[in-house]
Amino acid sequence: MNAPPDIAVELSSNPAYLCGVRELVNLISRRVGFPDGQASKIALAVDEALANVMNHGYLRRTDGRIWLRIYRIDAQGAFSGFRIIIEDEGRQVDPSQIKSRDLADIRPGGLGVHIIREVMDTVLYEKRESTGMRLTMVKLLGSDARATGSCCTDSSGGGCRG
Amino acid sequence: MAEKGPIVVNVRQIDGAAVVAPEGEVGYHEAPTLRQALREAFDRKPARLVADLSGVTYMATPGLATLVEALQISKRTQTPLVLCALSGRVRAVFEIARLHTVFTIAEDLQSALSPKA
Repeated sequence: MNAPPDIAVELSSNPAYLCGVRELVNLISRRVGFPDGQASKIALAVDEALANVMNHGYLRRTDGRIWLRIYRIDAQGAFSGFRIIIEDEGRQVDPSQIKSRDLADIRPGGLGVHIIREVMDTVLYEKRESTGMRLTMVKLLGSDARATGSCCTDSSGGGCRG
Repeated sequence: MAEKGPIVVNVRQIDGAAVVAPEGEVGYHEAPTLRQALREAFDRKPARLVADLSGVTYMATPGLATLVEALQISKRTQTPLVLCALSGRVRAVFEIARLHTVFTIAEDLQSALSPKA
């Protein structure tokens, strides 16, 4: 991704800052044309993704770094969606192991990945080459569907799960 | 370890029921405060526990997880748990997580306190 992002935020892995990021994402999403309900869900998905980095990537350490970049997607000269990329330097995990849990199993936790996939059109988890993980999410204007193009790859360009 | 988030959780007794009413956003940072309030309310052995969510402006999965924990305590202690007054935004999160059918959800506090709830 060579083009500069439309929005870039760097934050520490301290959950105290999540509220500010989700407000930013919600506000901007509404401003560019997402309906209120979708903007709230986009903010929720970003919030969940950042919380997962803090919880599982940095194991609740608050001094890790997280980078959030948002790219505008245009089609035929008009805004058509966002590509949102979140990167960290935390613990690496096999992308194929990042799964939502069975929703029939009613227990606390494990819902964040489900919500991200439910809200976004595309969800891609990758290992970064050096350290940490990269999550790329695409949300298209007018779409209210669960992610269908979800892929998981590592830095070697490995496989894609449906 | 991060500190607990700053939300206000009001707790009161109405006709033997404990009414736990968080105000503000319940995300990863704030959920532990709600969890503690719910546990303390269960410890007082109320006839029922009502989580009044009318003041909740945002809820992420840590908030849901906290309420699922409360549901488990509710079943273990046989103390009815009723959620009430969910905003559209909060209800949407329950629906995405498919938890709206798992909880007893009342329209408002009065309905939640009714023996029929």
